[in-house]
Amino acid sequence: MTRTLSHLDRLEAEAIHVFREVAATFAKPVMLYSVGKDSSVLLHLALKAFAPARPPFPFMHIDTTWKFREMYAFRDRLARDLGFDLLVHTNPDGLEKGINPYDHGSSVHTHIMKTVALRQALDKYGFDAAFGGARRDEEKSRAKERIFSFRDEKHTWDPKNQRPEMWKIYNTKVKPGQSIRAFPLSNWTELDIWQYILRENIEIVPLYFAARRPVIERDGMLIMVDDERTKLRPGEVLEERMIRFRTLGCYPLTAAIESDATSLEAIVREMLIARTSERQGRLIDKDESGSMEKKKREGYF
Amino acid sequence: MENEALIPEDDAGIRAYMRSQEHKSLLRFLTCGSVDDGKSTLIGRLLYDTKLIFEDQLATLKNDTRKHGTTGEEFDFALLVDGLEAEREQGITIDVAYRFFATSPRKFIVADTPGHEQYTRNMATGASTADVAVILIDARQGVLKQTRRHSFIVSQLGIRHIALAVNKIDLVDFSKDVFDRIVADYRAFARDLGFASITPIPLSARYGDNVTTPSARMDWYHGPTLLAFLETVEVDRDAAQGPLRFPVQYVNRPNLDFRGFAGTIASGSVKVGDTVTVAKSGQSSKVKRIVLGADDRDAAIAGEAVTLVLEDEIEVSRGNMLVAPDQRPHVADQLAANLIWFDEEPLFAGRPYLLRTETDQMPATVTAIKHRIDVNTFAQEAAKSLAMNEIGHCNLSLQAPLAFDAYKDNRLTGAFILIDRLTNATVAAGLIDHPLRRASNVHWQALDVTREARAEQKHQKAVTLWFTGLSGSGKSTIANLLDKRLFALGKHATLLDGDNVRHGLNRDLGFTEADRVENIRRVAEVARLMTDAGLITMVSFISPFREDRQMARERLPDGAFVEIFVDTPFEECARRDVKGLYAKALRGEIKNFTGVDSPYEAPENPDIHLRTSGRDAADMAEEIETWLKARGYL
Repeated sequence: MTRTLSHLDRLEAEAIHVFREVAATFAKPVMLYSVGKDSSVLLHLALKAFAPARPPFPFMHIDTTWKFREMYAFRDRLARDLGFDLLVHTNPDGLEKGINPYDHGSSVHTHIMKTVALRQALDKYGFDAAFGGARRDEEKSRAKERIFSFRDEKHTWDPKNQRPEMWKIYNTKVKPGQSIRAFPLSNWTELDIWQYILRENIEIVPLYFAARRPVIERDGMLIMVDDERTKLRPGEVLEERMIRFRTLGCYPLTAAIESDATSLEAIVREMLIARTSERQGRLIDKDESGSMEKKKREGYF
Repeated sequence: MENEALIPEDDAGIRAYMRSQEHKSLLRFLTCGSVDDGKSTLIGRLLYDTKLIFEDQLATLKNDTRKHGTTGEEFDFALLVDGLEAEREQGITIDVAYRFFATSPRKFIVADTPGHEQYTRNMATGASTADVAVILIDARQGVLKQTRRHSFIVSQLGIRHIALAVNKIDLVDFSKDVFDRIVADYRAFARDLGFASITPIPLSARYGDNVTTPSARMDWYHGPTLLAFLETVEVDRDAAQGPLRFPVQYVNRPNLDFRGFAGTIASGSVKVGDTVTVAKSGQSSKVKRIVLGADDRDAAIAGEAVTLVLEDEIEVSRGNMLVAPDQRPHVADQLAANLIWFDEEPLFAGRPYLLRTETDQMPATVTAIKHRIDVNTFAQEAAKSLAMNEIGHCNLSLQAPLAFDAYKDNRLTGAFILIDRLTNATVAAGLIDHPLRRASNVHWQALDVTREARAEQKHQKAVTLWFTGLSGSGKSTIANLLDKRLFALGKHATLLDGDNVRHGLNRDLGFTEADRVENIRRVAEVARLMTDAGLITMVSFISPFREDRQMARERLPDGAFVEIFVDTPFEECARRDVKGLYAKALRGEIKNFTGVDSPYEAPENPDIHLRTSGRDAADMAEEIETWLKARGYL
């Protein structure tokens, strides 16, 4: 036999293996779906892992209410087209208190609307395993995390005391109240993600493609004005520019880049010659040094 | 990021370029060695030199270097990989970090593993999935104990090609003599480790000599740079050649028309029409379909995660394996394996664990530690226990048959982990050597007169009543009273008392942890034999460890083990001090005394919980009798 597997085939097989392992060993798994490109890839792999059956778990979106409108439209259409079971959870306390990234800062917003919301949702439904799209190449503390990442009753991650993860043998034992986060894309890089999207023709949110969109410049970042909740500060000018997103989070916390890339190929080309990392456009990573590790220990993805 | 000039401008060009990228091979390697050999620095250097560090990351690195760095004005590359706060503060690597880079021929996944002995299990985690190891040595230090330990683990885990990176060569004036001496030392020590190749490279991770570009400062060295080695080293693809091994991970049955077995092919290949055999039952069928996503395939090879549909409805579930009919794996319930012990609590023979392979899982007991391996000399030493990070050759007995290969033949189907049943911690990695034939040769003698029949003759149910509690809690007193009541009722009972057993059967045992485990094991076995004889067997033993009581429970059939917790507070036992032992222990004259300097792990869910404070012993004996009557034991 002369056929060998390409590195992309290997990554795909590893991810599928993780999906099946969780489905086989946990009582109530859920896939966290955040509408971005990694979520699109994750969803595609989940469908592939269980075909011709449907994935034996629901999908859940932790909604901060601050996603771009196009993301909500995309999410709802996909759920309808593919007929998957989509749960949406927003932190009701945060909503009531009107927590938002402008008045409360990105750190408080992320903690309450994402970390706390996620913990609430996992407890509410009693999920004992949650798939996430995190990749080890994204950030230093993620590079340290296991594929099966154990969380205690309070959803916290103890980075200094992770379970050994030998070969493809995953220790899936948890006690009531404890859970794991499973990361099928752990070993994928940003380039692998795009390569796979290109190879498998995976649909992604149009915001990844360049178009003329309304933006302001703030603290050296290009912030897209998506609705009336963005208040212009003195001196800021709203203008239309050809922009796109390399990564998608909550909209005041995710910076756009100027670009002419309107096709997948052009996006890939841009990424191949990029001089800055993907998370450059994520404001939440920079609040303080080691901030991702801190968030993860508190129960963030 | 790539050289912009090489990237095509148009969409078709990009597609072609991406296709060419996609067919790169993948090499997984780890860096290991002793503390401060510069493993993290080396990886940081590789990422930097292969242009994998983005501008914003470089800016962060500059900041971090000023804050935590150890290199003055130069970039401290280790800070690129040491991602945890504790690591950056202490300047050490605690857990394995995975990093990614690519050059024109290959994609690389690097596991940067910790050098401290304390974190050996994290090093083993990184090594278990690696094809190649880069073993670092500080040129000023030479071969150290950790170099030997890591080399041994790497060889045990089946890595066959290593690069010996003699780092910090700049600090020994680029000396050929130093390099040659270290290489000679290493080769002498590694002779028996069975590596297919050892490639020694003198380098300086900090300054980049011989990392990605040949050094101008070592004209005596003519070998490859580290990167050149990594780009060209042959990656074993034995798995593709071996016999078919398909561990069934998940049975996919969405409706009556489809029943597929999902899993990842561990070795060999399979095509539609092939005959496959179910490892544990020996039943065979033919492959009808190979499904991956929406596609049907004609064939699949090792490493692919597919779903197989068979021609016939045969019994296959998770944990079983579909295999080549003419080359089957071992199926046995006893095996010999090397264990790498991870847990802070040492291993003692006799304790029950959960054995987990890629897809199978069952209770298992380490029945014997045959020997421990000294990682310095590789000598085999007699051992009663394995401490954290020690490696030993052990016999295991499993509660059900397992399908497996020897680890040397298959890294995926010859491996397992052991899980602590109470804490769920992963306590060991196991590399299977061979099945033990004893299990099949010494057949269990099926008794014609059963336990039930013997018990029925005595008008009772056979059961072991296991009394646990602190010394002086009243276990023996209550058991004695119950014994009398049972006798009066015409029942057939017997009492095994901890102190008495130590005078006879267990006279040879002391009070070390290993001996205490053996003490319990023997008593549990005797209790089982007596219960098999149809008796109501009372065991009055402190038995302070949950694991040991669990072990006893598992030796008896369901319902034939009743745990009775005689719950008397420590203060009360110490006050009564019937035998004067507490006074001695508190004065330090007795070591390992339960409740004083050795813990008592109270049962979480005892079948009967006797809170003795303010109660009469006769009253509690009656309570047990009532309990037994209510459940039909008497």
